[in-house]
Order: sequence, then structure tokens, then C-alpha cells
Amino acid sequence: MSLAEKYPKEIEKILAKYPPEHKRSAVMPLLYLAQREEGYVDRHAMRDIAALVDMTETEVASIIGFYTLYHDKPEGKLRIQVCADLPCALRGADQFLSDLCAKLGIEPGGTTADGLITVEPVMCLAACDKAPMFQTQGPDGIKYHENMTVETTIDLIEELKKAK
Amino acid sequence: MANILLRHRDIPDINKIDVYKANGGFKAFEQAVKMKPTEVTDVVKNSGLRGRGGAGFPTGMKWAFMDNNNWPHYVVANADESEPGTFKDREIMEGNPFQFLEGVAIASYAVGANAAYIYLRGEFWQVAAFLDEKIEEMEKAGYLGEKLFGTDYSLKIYTHLGAGAYICGEETALLESLEGKRGQPRIRPPFPPSFGLYGKPTVVNNVETFANVPMIIANGADWYKSMGTPDSAGVKVFSLSGRVRKPGNYELPFGVTFRELIYEYGGGILEGRPVKAIMAAGASSSLIAVDDKALDTPMDYASVRTLGADLGSASVIVIDDTVSIDWVINKTIHFFKHESCGKCTPCREGNYWMLHLIERIRHNGSSSEDVELLHNVAKQMQNKCLCALGEFATMAVVTGIDRFPQDFKLPMRNLES
Repeated sequence: MSLAEKYPKEIEKILAKYPPEHKRSAVMPLLYLAQREEGYVDRHAMRDIAALVDMTETEVASIIGFYTLYHDKPEGKLRIQVCADLPCALRGADQFLSDLCAKLGIEPGGTTADGLITVEPVMCLAACDKAPMFQTQGPDGIKYHENMTVETTIDLIEELKKAK
Repeated sequence: MANILLRHRDIPDINKIDVYKANGGFKAFEQAVKMKPTEVTDVVKNSGLRGRGGAGFPTGMKWAFMDNNNWPHYVVANADESEPGTFKDREIMEGNPFQFLEGVAIASYAVGANAAYIYLRGEFWQVAAFLDEKIEEMEKAGYLGEKLFGTDYSLKIYTHLGAGAYICGEETALLESLEGKRGQPRIRPPFPPSFGLYGKPTVVNNVETFANVPMIIANGADWYKSMGTPDSAGVKVFSLSGRVRKPGNYELPFGVTFRELIYEYGGGILEGRPVKAIMAAGASSSLIAVDDKALDTPMDYASVRTLGADLGSASVIVIDDTVSIDWVINKTIHFFKHESCGKCTPCREGNYWMLHLIERIRHNGSSSEDVELLHNVAKQMQNKCLCALGEFATMAVVTGIDRFPQDFKLPMRNLES
């Protein structure tokens, strides 16, 4: 099913935000829509988006490549993206990241054996006063989790697994 | 003193439209649309309000630069808050969203824009959804839409999510991104007030800047100027982070000293350690070597400059004596290497080489040749990059090596060399 068949209402709403002669502006929200379910944008979706906003497929792919929140291949269904930037690191974020990865038996950037969870360090998330913190990126969008410990993170993962 | 921007800390539920209205909400917007647009701009100009995104450019002057021979006009709110150490705009948008939106509306009226976009960093997914609700409430209540307050003025506000790129906080990169392109800065001039979104005159201001506007219109330029310092009027939200006991946002008048911020508001340093260095403008900062004089320096744009640093967005990262500066610049270099957009050579290649050098220095132990070379690469990037990101990437490196040579096991160097 094409993107236009799958999400007609959402697409209409997105396109309405921008002047009709500048519909290319809709490429970013359309990419979020395309990766909503599987967590990444496949070739078919790229082609659909290109047709919707009058871009080439290559141009759409270049947008995916430029921005870190778009993905073009499947990884863990849930990404745990830990801020390890300077202000968070001054409050123990590096230690938190390595302890969490050790607990899950993966390296930073790796995915758990069941394919569910990817843990990766990311750049500043603008929550420097609430470190250690991370965002989860998954089918429900992006959520912030602040003032975390390895224990509260494992609890959160268990909860999310149950909710599946 | 009651908060002016972080009013949600004094008035519970001010993020609900009825509560906001009951506390004078939208009166300033109504007042503004009954004035001439240029009169609104003049009030903002006279208030001394300067842009809160980091550059500190006079806001009213920016609005007055809009090219009136080229239409339509746009207003864009920069909510891409991505500078390590900055976390004020998110609190404003979540806590006091209507004041921010009212500021966007007043600015739009002042420059004759009928459409405004709020560009939020992609990570602020939940904030964007929240603002969408608030915008809808304003539309229902008649504060956005057609023929506002019985005049001919119409306005729509839209949110737009970025997708994880620090560079999109640079206003021309932000505009490129909003146009559906890779977020890479444009060559300037022309500046956005003559060539902005879709090539049309555009005002781009930071979230906090907009949040000031309704209060200025409601209370007047003189009221606003009565706070802060002659150079830096009004109040600022200081984001305090790092090795302090109570990190967080503190709304204070410009001119408060580093010592007051860190010790009175921030509760002092963890484990009672001494402050070693301060980065006043997030990861983009020059490192201030801290002594009593530095601690007693007032935080306004001009005074911080006397310390060989900038106030920027007032994202004060505090570093204590347990932290080595080579570790600090390793962090900032990793950040800027990751965020360099790749468009201009000095930034793209310079950050690449700085990263290699700092990793070699940290893993193999400092050699004075490598430290000199790192300093040299950073110096060579300065004044050569297309946008400020490239400059920012060098600040901590150059000042870190110059002002903390002991952390690189170097003899003291002359600061001016």
C-alpha cells in the first residue's frame, strides 16, 4: 500500500501547513509519518514521498542521510538515545551509558539479541539539568526520560516489553 | 521578584488558556493590533530587548529591517534549542506556552506576516504536539485565524519539527530545513529580513525573545529597561548546569554575577569543591578561568566580554577542579565534529582533524607537538567558516589550551600569541 493510500488524512493535514507552491517543506513531516510503524523509511516510502512533494528519490534520501532522527534500515524497535554530551557527562552520563549497556549485554550503539532495544549515545537533548537522561524513539514518537538510573531504565524496558 | 518569563512557576496552570486569559493574557496582542505595526516595533526597539538565542542582536531593529517592497512576510520562531547546556526554551514552551505564542503573534502583526512557523528540534516531539493543541485553542477562542479583534488582520501559526541537527539553530540553515532541504547555512548577506523563508522577508527570533514581547507591549519599554543593565535590558533565563548542586533554569535580571548564580541560586558546587572553569554560552563558549574577579563579574553581554568570553544564550556550564580540561574539549570537539554540516571546508575538515588530534592526545598521552598542532588547527579555522558553528567549535579548544596549559602539560603560553 502506498503512503498516500495508508495515511490520506495525515498527508492532507501536513500539506496544508505550507504554501501549495512550496510543498517540498512537507518532506520532513512526511518522513516521520513513513517511519512511524517500522522505525525506518524503506525505498517504496521514499518514492511515495518524492512523488508527493515533487522531489527526486535521491533528494529524499539525502534528507534522511542528513538528519539523525531518520533511519533507512531496521534496527531495534525501540531506540534508547542517551545524552552523553558535556553537561550530562559532568553529571555521570558516560558511566550511566556504559553501565546500562553492560546490564543489557551490548556495546553502545548495539541492539539486544531479541532485536527490541538499541542503545546509543546522542548529542545534547536540552535537558542538562536532569541528567542522566535519554529519549526513547519508537512507534509512539519520541519521549524524554529524565533523572534516570540503570534500575529505573531496566524497569522501563520491562514495562515497554509487557505493553507489546 | 515575580517571574516575567517563567510565570508558570508563580501561577499554576498558566498553560491553560482560561488561566492565561484571567492573568491578562492576549491583552497585549489586542493592544498591538490596534496600534500601527511600526509603533509596535518602536516599543520593542525602545525596550532594549536583544535576541536571546545567543547573538544578542537588538530585536526591534531586526523587525525594522524587513523589506517592505517584497511580500509576503514570514515570522519564524527558532525552537531548535540544541546548544549543550541550554534548556530554557523547552521550559517556556511547556510551562508558559501562550505567552510565547502571543509574542509570535505580536511580532507577526508588527512585520505584517500572516503566517508564522515554529521550528522545533525533532526531539521536542511532545512539545510540538502540545503547542499544536494550544494553537488550536487559540484559534477556537478567536486569537488566531481571520479578522482578529475585529480588524482586517489574519494570522496562522504552524509548528514544524526538525530531525536532529544542531546546525538548524543557525537561522539560515533553519530556513533551508523548513523549505525541505538539508539544513546547511546560506551565504549572508542577504539576511533573512530581506531574503528569508521561500526567499521572502523573514524575522527569525528565539523562543525566549518572543516570550518577552507581550510583557513589553503591556507594560511599556521603560518598565522593561528598568531591569537589567544599560547594555543588556531586562531579564534572562539562565540555564545552569554541570557540577552545581541545583542545576536548572533561573530567571534573573541581566547583571547578576556568576557567584550569585552559582552559589545563591545553584546551591554551590557538588562536594563543596572550587569552581575551575565556566562556559557561559554552552559548548560554544570560551572557557573562563575562574578566580574571584571572574566570579564577581556581572552577567551581561558587555561584562562577560571583558573575561574574553561571551554570554551567548546564557547556558552556564560549571566545571570544578575534579575535571580536566582536555576531557572537556574532547567532549566539545566530538559534538561539533558530529554536528558540522559539511558545507564549508574549514569547519568540515578542521573538526575532523581536531577530533583525531584530541583522541591521540588523550590516548597516547600529551605530546607538546600534538597540542600545538591542535591549537594551530583551531586558530586556522577561525574567521574562515561559513557560519558561527565553525567558530564555536574552536572556542573551547583555543581557550582551553591557552588558559589551562597545566591540563595539557605545557608551559604557560602568552595569551596573546
